[in-house]
Amino acid sequence: MASTVFFFLFAGLAIASAISMVYHRNPLYGAISLVGVFISLSCIYITLAAPFIAAVQVLIYAGAIMVLVVFVIMLLNLDDDKPLDRLRYLYAVGGGLGVILLAQTFFIFYAVMKAPNHAADQSETVGNTLNLGSAMYTRYLLPVEIVGVMLLMAIIGAVILVRRLNQPQLELVVEQEHERRHEA
Amino acid sequence: MESVIKTAFPFALFTVGVLIAFQMVLMIVAYTVLAERKVLGWIQGRIGPNRVGPWGVLQPFADLLKFIFKEDLVPDKSTKFVYFLAPLVALTCALMPMVVYPFAPAITTIDWSFLPFGLADGVKQLPLTIAHIDVGVLYVLGITSVGVYGIALAGWSSNNKYSLMGGLRSSAQMISYELAMGASVLGVVMLAGTLDLTGIISAQIRSPFRWYIIPQFIGFVVFLIAAFAETNRVPFDLPEAETELVAGFHTEYSALKFALFFMAEYVNMFTVSVMCTVLFLGGWYVPGLSHVFAPGSIPYALVSHIAFIGKICAFLFFYIWVRGTLPRFRFDQLMNFGWKFLLPVALINVILTIIIVYFLNR
Repeated sequence: MASTVFFFLFAGLAIASAISMVYHRNPLYGAISLVGVFISLSCIYITLAAPFIAAVQVLIYAGAIMVLVVFVIMLLNLDDDKPLDRLRYLYAVGGGLGVILLAQTFFIFYAVMKAPNHAADQSETVGNTLNLGSAMYTRYLLPVEIVGVMLLMAIIGAVILVRRLNQPQLELVVEQEHERRHEA
Repeated sequence: MESVIKTAFPFALFTVGVLIAFQMVLMIVAYTVLAERKVLGWIQGRIGPNRVGPWGVLQPFADLLKFIFKEDLVPDKSTKFVYFLAPLVALTCALMPMVVYPFAPAITTIDWSFLPFGLADGVKQLPLTIAHIDVGVLYVLGITSVGVYGIALAGWSSNNKYSLMGGLRSSAQMISYELAMGASVLGVVMLAGTLDLTGIISAQIRSPFRWYIIPQFIGFVVFLIAAFAETNRVPFDLPEAETELVAGFHTEYSALKFALFFMAEYVNMFTVSVMCTVLFLGGWYVPGLSHVFAPGSIPYALVSHIAFIGKICAFLFFYIWVRGTLPRFRFDQLMNFGWKFLLPVALINVILTIIIVYFLNR
């Protein structure tokens, strides 16, 4: 009973914050609304007996990633986002993607409704830190490692993009690389 | 009627617990402010506040009244909504970790059967912590990391270049030192094998040599330094460096809104002191007390609670002492220190702990 009330409360908050994130022209208001979405989601995770995921959601998304986003918005001192007439054709693309997303949501609803109600007795322990950890490092080790390597690639790519090698330096690097290949 | 009382009883119990803890934390915070002014006075060869009440003990309340009755100025071109939101975010995030503090060991000797309507069915103990969360350490770290929005948004919404610089500095600093702080906590979590604060304390009882300050001394030092940066205290108080930024992120705040930031800073100090005590100094555990009083009895819980508060006050005194002693870092020194020294040291500590735990568990 209480968990149903809390679910609808936080689900409503999440949807309201998401709508406000999309509709605000000011980038900082958008960022604050996104933080609201993350915190509402973490509250929903708590009602689903997954405290570890809830805490990590707040710690990583709200506490680290969005702080960096807010930092960048404050540093760039962005103006309000004006509607771009030039990119008007993108409205159709956006509408199409929205329809696909809606269809996907209904498909998930359908799949969940059809799924047999199994493992009800495990629902109390499935979000447990111990179970989560042992599942991640035994049964799902390969997916975890793949995600880790992909994140590392993203970080290295970002570092290379922002290093801004100026032209002479870049040529030097290319020359050194050529020399090394010739020697090898 | 009976079922209504049975449903409402846990909520009433939580409300009472939160009110008591809130009152206690705020009283300690109020007297931390007075202690800070007194101790700083002694360090600088002054007397400190001594006019309001005997020995100045009523000074915090006089300050609060002054904050309430001062004029509340709002800058003309500020972003109003965010300007009002920022102090609320700062204080709320500072107060929320309160629900997982393990104030004292559970009391098991009281017989609750006198309660009507079978409210006490199956109740064996009175836990002296408000909520028992399986991931208490992560909860505290997560909530305190959200607290940075209060400072960042205050700096942005004030429409003042000094405030903006303060907010930017603060978010950069807190993001950088959060990593070192999290890495230093990892060692303790690995040794204790749990993220639950009560579980971490019970892993340290039996002897003071099992306090994690001894096997995790590097982690302790890293945590303490990172805690200074997380709470924006001297020597890392760059967000409010008065020689460069007037008053930093709260330059444009006055009256009660300023008081909220002020309280948030001291509540954050209290929080990191609690974390330090629980993670490294055995929380409420007093060596040898179980030979004097039976564990689970009321005097045992009382003495343990006083010891817990005493350990926290020692850390709070350390904060004040450092403030009276050390000069402020420069911003590039702060960043270099955090990323190039503190984080590698914390990571080496994690790796060493992994090796030790692996060989201990073989």
